[in-house]
Amino acid sequence: MSSLKIINSGLLTTIQDYGRVGYGQYGVPAAGVMDRLAMQLANILVDNDRYEAVLEMTMMGLSFKADGNMAIAITGADMFPTVNGKKVNLYETIYLNNGDILECSYAQSGCRAYLAVAGGFDLPKVMGSKSTYLRGKIGGLNGNKIQKGDILKINPKNGKEYFGIRKIPEDMIPRYKNEITARVILGPEVDYFTKNGMETFLSSEYVLTDQCDRMGYRLEGPRIEHEKGSDIISNGINFGAIQIPGHGCPIIMMADRQTTGGYTKIANVITVDLPFLAQLKPGDRVKFEKIDIEEAQNLIKKQEKNLLNLINDFKTSLINTVGTMRNFKINVNGKKYNLSVQEIKES
Amino acid sequence: MYEKYRYLPSGDNGIIIEIGSKISEEINGKVRGLTLCIENEKPEGVLEIIPTYTSILIIYDPVIVSYYDLLKKLKEIEKRMKEITLPAPEVVHIPTCYGGEYGMDLEYVAEYNELRPEEVIKIHSERQYLVYMLGFTPGFPYLGGMSKKIATPRLESPREKILGGSVGIAGNQTGIYPIDSPGGWRIIGRTPLNFFDPSKNPPVLLKAGQYIKFDPIDKEEYELIKKQVERKEYTVKKSRLKRGDFNE
Repeated sequence: MSSLKIINSGLLTTIQDYGRVGYGQYGVPAAGVMDRLAMQLANILVDNDRYEAVLEMTMMGLSFKADGNMAIAITGADMFPTVNGKKVNLYETIYLNNGDILECSYAQSGCRAYLAVAGGFDLPKVMGSKSTYLRGKIGGLNGNKIQKGDILKINPKNGKEYFGIRKIPEDMIPRYKNEITARVILGPEVDYFTKNGMETFLSSEYVLTDQCDRMGYRLEGPRIEHEKGSDIISNGINFGAIQIPGHGCPIIMMADRQTTGGYTKIANVITVDLPFLAQLKPGDRVKFEKIDIEEAQNLIKKQEKNLLNLINDFKTSLINTVGTMRNFKINVNGKKYNLSVQEIKES
Repeated sequence: MYEKYRYLPSGDNGIIIEIGSKISEEINGKVRGLTLCIENEKPEGVLEIIPTYTSILIIYDPVIVSYYDLLKKLKEIEKRMKEITLPAPEVVHIPTCYGGEYGMDLEYVAEYNELRPEEVIKIHSERQYLVYMLGFTPGFPYLGGMSKKIATPRLESPREKILGGSVGIAGNQTGIYPIDSPGGWRIIGRTPLNFFDPSKNPPVLLKAGQYIKFDPIDKEEYELIKKQVERKEYTVKKSRLKRGDFNE
C-alpha cells in the first residue's frame, strides 16, 4: 500500500471531505472542507469520486515523501508546490514516484490549498465522513490535525485505467482576490434589523479580522443596527450564515460551525460564493450584495453542469489498461526522465 | 404559537419553518410532530432536518429540488400533519448518583436554596424534563421545566474540565454534559450512561422531543451500570409519557 510520510505538517493541515450530513439534529457539527469547489476539482484530476477526502492546508502547506508511486493533484491557494525542488503546476495531475519529496510553501494567493491522491486516503468514516472535527476530536487521522511523522495510507486505485495528465480548463480555475463581493440571500431574521441597519450591511465594506478559523469569521466594519435586539431563541445555522450579535459586526459561520445559535442572522452567503470566502485571509475585504434564491440556485445548477461535463470529458478520454503501472527512470541525451508504462487492453 | 407557520429562507439551500415565538412544551411538541412527518415523507432532495426550540431547519440540495417546489411540498406536509395523532413522547430514564464525589456542588445548591441535600435530590428527580433540542456540543440536551426551588447561579469562574455524564444546574436550567468539557454549571450528580458514541448510529443517546427522568442510584449501582455500559450490555430504560404528566 502506498502512503505519504509527513515531513512537515504546515500551519494547519487536516483531512476533510464534504462533511457530515444528517447529524446536525444530534448537535454534531458538519465540518468538511471550507472550499467545496477546490476539493471537487482536485478529486476530478485524480479520477476520484468528487467528494473523496482530501488534505486541506491552511496558509502554509505541508511537505511529504511519497512511499510508492501515486497520482496527486493540488488546487485552491497557490502554495508554490515543488517536487524534488522543481516547481509543479496546480490544477493538473501530478505523478509521483517512490521517494519523491513534495514541498509546499506560504500561500501567495488564497488561503487554503487542497491535495487529492488517486484512490483516496485509507481512513475510517466516522458518522458517514472522514472529515476531521478538531474540537470534537472526531474523524481524519485519530481526530487530529496532520503532524510531522504521520503516515497517511492510500487506497489502491480501483479499476485499471490510466487517466493521463488531466488539466482543469483555464476558465474553470478560480481566481482569488483580496477584495470580494459575496452575494447573499437575506434572512432568516431580516425583521430584527432597522432599515438603516439593512442599508449599512449592503453598502459597507467589512474587513476580515485575525479571529477567523474553520468555525467562523469575525468581520470589522460599520455597525449594523438592530430593531428588536440581537438575541433570538436558538435555531439552526447553515453554512455561510451571517450572524449579527449585539456589537453589530458580522460573524460568518463556516465549516466547523455549531449546529444551533442564538444570534440574529441577517443573511446567508450563497453556495457558489462560499469557496471565495474560504480563500480570504485576515485583512481581506468583503462587500455583500443581495440576490434572489432562484438566481442563486441557477448558479449552483450551472456550476454542477460544468463539473459533470468536465468529468464526462475526462472519462471519454480514458484508455483501458491491464496490469499495474511500472515506472522507469531513463536517460536521454544526458536528461533524466520518469517513464510510466502500462499495457493497453485490446478492445 | 403562530396561526400560520413562517417559512423563512436560510441561504440558497435551507428553509427554516418557525412555529412559534416562545419556548413552550406545546410549541416544541408541534416542532416534534412536523419533524416526524417530514422524516417519514422524506421529500426528495432533503438532506438534513434540524429541530430546535420553536423551529426546524431543513437543508436540501437545490440541484434536486428548487426552493419553491420544496416550499410547496413542506406546506402540504404541514396540512397533513394536523390530521395525524402522534404517539406519546418517550421518557428516557437516566440513573444518576447524586452528591459526594459525583456531585460536588449538591451541598452548595442545598444551602443556597435553604434545603437539605435529600430535598434537592427529590425535587430534581421527580420531574420529567423535555429535551427541547440538541446542540452546543454533540449530544448536549437543552432541557426545560426545572423547579425554581433549586435554581442556583453558575460558578463565577468555570471549571476547566467537567466529566462527561455530569448532571448540573445553571440558573433555572438543568442539564447533562455529554462529553468532557469545560463548564460553569453547579454539578449535583453524575450518570454512568454514555451520551455520545461516534461509532454508534445514532451517535447520541437522546433525541429532541423525548423527555428524561433522573432516577437516583447509589454508588454501588453507579459502578455496576458503568461496567455494563462499558461492556455494551446495559439497556437504557424507556417509558411513555402519560397524560397529565406535563409540567406546568
